[in-house]
Amino acid sequence: MKMNILIERRIIFTVLFIAVALPLIFPIGWKTEVSGYTQMVYDLIESTPDGKVGIISFDYDPSTMTELQPMGEAMIEHAFKRNQKVILTALWPMGVQMAEQALETVLKEYPDKKRGVDYVNLGYKVGGMVTIQAMGRSLSEVFPTDSRNTPYSEIPMLDGITRLRDIAWISSLSSGVPGLKEWMMVARDSHDVPVTGGCTAVSAPGFFPYVNEQRQLTGLLGGLKAASEYETLLGRLGSATAKMDSQSIAHLLILVFIALGNIKAYTTKRRKG
Amino acid sequence: MAIMTTIGIWVAAFFTLCIFSFLYKDNPFYKFAEQVFVGLSAAYWLVYIIYSIMIPNLFAKLSSDFSGNLILLIPAALGVMMLMRIHPKTEWISRYPISIMIGTTAGISMLRYMKSDILQQVTATMINPFASGSVPVIIGNLLLIIGTICGVYFFYFSKKQEGISKWPSKVGIWFLMVSFGATFGYTVMARISLLIGRLEFLLGDWLHIIK
Repeated sequence: MKMNILIERRIIFTVLFIAVALPLIFPIGWKTEVSGYTQMVYDLIESTPDGKVGIISFDYDPSTMTELQPMGEAMIEHAFKRNQKVILTALWPMGVQMAEQALETVLKEYPDKKRGVDYVNLGYKVGGMVTIQAMGRSLSEVFPTDSRNTPYSEIPMLDGITRLRDIAWISSLSSGVPGLKEWMMVARDSHDVPVTGGCTAVSAPGFFPYVNEQRQLTGLLGGLKAASEYETLLGRLGSATAKMDSQSIAHLLILVFIALGNIKAYTTKRRKG
Repeated sequence: MAIMTTIGIWVAAFFTLCIFSFLYKDNPFYKFAEQVFVGLSAAYWLVYIIYSIMIPNLFAKLSSDFSGNLILLIPAALGVMMLMRIHPKTEWISRYPISIMIGTTAGISMLRYMKSDILQQVTATMINPFASGSVPVIIGNLLLIIGTICGVYFFYFSKKQEGISKWPSKVGIWFLMVSFGATFGYTVMARISLLIGRLEFLLGDWLHIIK
């Protein structure tokens, strides 16, 4: 039977649609193996002493929140679990709302954590790399107030935190520019602060070379799978884990489609030749 | 509030389906959703730039302490000069802020990229591959060194690659192919994640089929 290429495309989309939807409705519960890069991210926060302050920068907007939001939630939870304090910030305007949303989710399990004492949202700042450079000199100059207009000097957890070097670790959840690379170039390569983070799967191969002997990046969370691995390490059944069944089924299906496509191309070539 | 949320969810579901309808074929619903998106994005950014960038960083500071923030008049003037592009007769004025921007960006980026993308990356390849004593790590280190050298050699075009000198280039191609394959795999994962996100919204927030 000869099929129109447009019909074939529609069949592929429909099958893929069903294959992704079904595991969301009927979860399978496949386990995720933890990769070395995710373990490095986890170990960085895990090995940081209690009371230290870390920065999580929400450098994305809602279009990539499926992949990056679970990472943000898991990292905030990890910091809280280890009694560390977190500064939330954003190099993307909508990152502020993403940070607040992630906080809201985590605070349901940690209701005793207080704004200004255990966490603070410093909000968005325009400028990308230049802003990070300025943070290296003075955080209060870049962020005179937090996102709720509380002056920097009146935020208890920021007492003694004047510049980037006072920060234990920085994590950027990034879906483009400015983002993880800018944090790495300034905070790690110039101020020697450990930088880690997460990115969308599509940009992960571009970041892997920075996880190297020089520790330009201390581990990397690449896409939804890495987010689910992080949740596994935390012992948390988060949103990334719930979505991994769909991801796995879709990947298997695409492998089948690629194989079928190759067989079809081969047979067509033989018939013509 | 609950009503507004419900309306918001229905509107979002409608536009999601409009965009998905393109998979069947191009149609007026898709075009409508596309145009609304473009218009909304432009409006959102305009409002955001005024309220989140211009007012707090310029107008608020100048109105509260004008003499103490005189330096802000320089970027303000450059911004106004940039707007001169709107009219063909005054377009030339915008060249000055553009040239300042390009010069500053190039200056800042050159140092940073030189350090992070060249010096640090090259240093990370200059390692003793046998130092760890663990076989998988040694193999990984050797692949890193061979892959880097052969990959860079592939882009050496000053001499025709023939005879024995073509082999490192061929090895380089293999490493590049593997990296393209990995990139494709990750791209698939990213796109499927987007689909999962939308389906989770449709099945969860909209239809309440999943929790």
